[in-house]
Amino acid sequence: MKKILSIVGSCAALIVLMNVSGCKPKNAGDATGADAAEKVYVAPGKYDELYNFVSGGFSGQVSVYGIPSGRLLRVIPVFSVDPEKGWGFSEETKPMLNTSHGEIPWGDQHHLSLSQTNGEIDGRWLFANENNTPRIARIDLKTFRTAEIIEIPNSAGNHSSPFITENSEYVVAGTRFSVPMDYENGDVPIDSYKKNFKGTLSFVSVAPTNGEMNVAFQLLLPGMNFDLSHSGKGPSSGWFFFSCYNSEQAHTLLEVNASKRDKDYILAVNWKKAAEYVKQGKGKKVKANYAHNTFNEGTHSATSKMKKETTLIDVRDFPDLVYMIPCPKSPHGCDVDPSGEYIVGSGKLAALIPVFSFSKIQKAIANKTFDGDYGGIPVLKYEAALYGEVKKPGLGPLHTEFDGKGNAYTTFFISSEIVKWNIKDLKVLDRQPTYYSPGHLTIPGGDTKKPYGKYLVAYNKITKDRFLPTGPELSQSAQLFDISGDKMKLLLDYPTIGEPHYAQMVPAELIAKNSQKIFKLEENKHPYVTMGEKNSKVVREGNKVHIYMTSMRSHFSPDNIEGVKVGDEVYFHVTNLEQDWDVPHGFGVKGNKNAELLIMPGETTTLKWVPEKAGIFPIYCTDFCSALHQEMQGYVRVSVKGSKVPISFSLGKNSEAADEVLKK
Amino acid sequence: MKSTNLTATNRIIVLICGLALLVVLFVPLWQIELAAPQYPEGLVLKMYPHKLAGNVDIINGLNHYIGMKTLHTGDFFEFKVLPYIIIFFSGFALLVALFLRTTTWLWSLFTLFVAFGIVAMVDFWRWEYQYGHDLDPNAAINVPGMSYQPPLIGYKQLLNFGAYSIPDIGGWIFIGVGIGLLTAIVLQYKHKKQWL
Repeated sequence: MKKILSIVGSCAALIVLMNVSGCKPKNAGDATGADAAEKVYVAPGKYDELYNFVSGGFSGQVSVYGIPSGRLLRVIPVFSVDPEKGWGFSEETKPMLNTSHGEIPWGDQHHLSLSQTNGEIDGRWLFANENNTPRIARIDLKTFRTAEIIEIPNSAGNHSSPFITENSEYVVAGTRFSVPMDYENGDVPIDSYKKNFKGTLSFVSVAPTNGEMNVAFQLLLPGMNFDLSHSGKGPSSGWFFFSCYNSEQAHTLLEVNASKRDKDYILAVNWKKAAEYVKQGKGKKVKANYAHNTFNEGTHSATSKMKKETTLIDVRDFPDLVYMIPCPKSPHGCDVDPSGEYIVGSGKLAALIPVFSFSKIQKAIANKTFDGDYGGIPVLKYEAALYGEVKKPGLGPLHTEFDGKGNAYTTFFISSEIVKWNIKDLKVLDRQPTYYSPGHLTIPGGDTKKPYGKYLVAYNKITKDRFLPTGPELSQSAQLFDISGDKMKLLLDYPTIGEPHYAQMVPAELIAKNSQKIFKLEENKHPYVTMGEKNSKVVREGNKVHIYMTSMRSHFSPDNIEGVKVGDEVYFHVTNLEQDWDVPHGFGVKGNKNAELLIMPGETTTLKWVPEKAGIFPIYCTDFCSALHQEMQGYVRVSVKGSKVPISFSLGKNSEAADEVLKK
Repeated sequence: MKSTNLTATNRIIVLICGLALLVVLFVPLWQIELAAPQYPEGLVLKMYPHKLAGNVDIINGLNHYIGMKTLHTGDFFEFKVLPYIIIFFSGFALLVALFLRTTTWLWSLFTLFVAFGIVAMVDFWRWEYQYGHDLDPNAAINVPGMSYQPPLIGYKQLLNFGAYSIPDIGGWIFIGVGIGLLTAIVLQYKHKKQWL
């Protein structure tokens, strides 16, 4: 009997233990609400509610997703070559990737800003930064194509970019890596950092009509790392805020040497005043050499121009331009709430979030409540600028966005979560885990005056077990939350392109209504356009052979070409004569050490080919264009150097022998 | 028999008919709607008194597969004369309503108008037949025995395209004018009977 009791007893103990283990935190599956599927389901043929533009990180490109479905709609080539679309390979797009270092096939694309009018997204352009070789691109949202790329001189590591002012007056570019200026001798010992290395904050103006960018002026600052930034808005609209770290001015083992001080800084920059000084002719013109690449919609071609000068403003000469606000533990995110009054700094190693008040900053400046200076720049007293601190929010805050209902949402890398808190009383309202370790997050319009606070997407830096494994290399994960209620609800996980950093979201109708369907053939001003099949021809100019070619379902004109010789520079200028939506044609040449072309309706694009041996080289359409796509092909005959074969070209002229066979 | 004068009501009807015909100059007469799996939004060919409109280029692009001749406004003399014929009928109706005012003139107007309608439809059918049958023998798609004549009125499946041919605003006004004139004639006879 005792034995039975003891068995029963130990069983009971086991059951209790099992229940206790059931009290461990719930896993990811449980965090998703039962109605999540319904909320992210977009029925076949229906459209998503929002466009989500996502930075591609080391892919150098920008991807476009539909939200709430998380469906990938498009990858826009920006800073990296894209052989699939001929980006950087066609003669028309090669100049877009030109820099002062020559053509660079790759970029590291971190942050995106949609153009704004009165602090609200206006749906015209999307700006994208490039970190590695400092550049800013402008993408035209009518065509979803990169329209312009400008290089930033006197800069390295263009990280705090391309954040935008509330009427798109400027996009900014701050140096992550301080370096000697371009106009100085840069061949200096690395340990002369303090003396020779400088940082710059560039203000790139955006022309209100066509968006054209110009490096308007650069602020010269002491050497350190500028990290992230955001423009003020409303009352603070004339100011820009930049976070910075490495105020220790370390040049080696920054992990340790740049984390020594308890506080680094947020820089408050009075950009309106700086712009006035520049207008008055103040500042120093210095020699520079940087590329400005623009894509002309009329000629379907890019040009690259080198600019030779820039205006520098040494902030030490203008004491009312820049002020430094102490911010704990190597600040990263620097975000301004929709009202423009609160500036949130996020220390990467901090266990609190400081919230600064714009009106207090103004008062401190007026009353000169300073705590000394840093490299000649006045430092405000921390308390004099501080509105308050969010206590115990989590560990390692990175970025904050806003819902327009008085709440802020901050990602925490180390504690792998998103925390919702109230801006006024600084109380934590909710926290949800993310999988794993989020970097940036985005809310539609979440950095503007008018957020559309229904969804939040977190971009995670660690994926691990979230999807089916694909070997050691995994795609990075995004997580969609519903933030319409009091509690955040996880709706969806989805993989992304490259490494997403910052992103932008916007209600779809603002963009979709302007989306272009074709290029009008009659507006095609390309110098090598072929207006109709009857104008197609082949012209030899020395060792250059220009082929004026057309494509139409389902043939090229001409499709038989002879008289090309080994070593010739052959240019296929292919004009797509189609004028119907979604009828692109592709173009490929056997053995060409180049990419293919994808030519949109009404567009002319050029592929260069230098044949290296004699023979017959097929050409064909690479995009399944029609029922007779497989028939869309032709041949180029390449003859040896010095051959007497004349240039000839034709379409539809079959050999007599072949016609004879047909008749039988 | 002496022709009776038109009643005030009938003169107003004829007047409205005359004015309505002026509207026809600015609106499409006829339309052929085309639907295919790749064109859920549909393609449409619209015939105005003076031109072809709608997705003409796209339809021409698709028709090259079957070897149909491309459609161009300039290839049809009808587009040159139609506006004048419509102006003629409009002027004739206004004359009948305001000056001529007799049953005989109304009869002449109606007869001419109906005759024109019949000739126009026969002409339309003739063009449809010609374009539907006069196909390039070297066309990519060559289905033996297949022709691509759209219906005169109504629906017909042509390979992957469903073609739906119906009057457009101008066509409906035309039909309305015909009915209006006929109504006036009937009313005129009823009126005459009353007085006999």
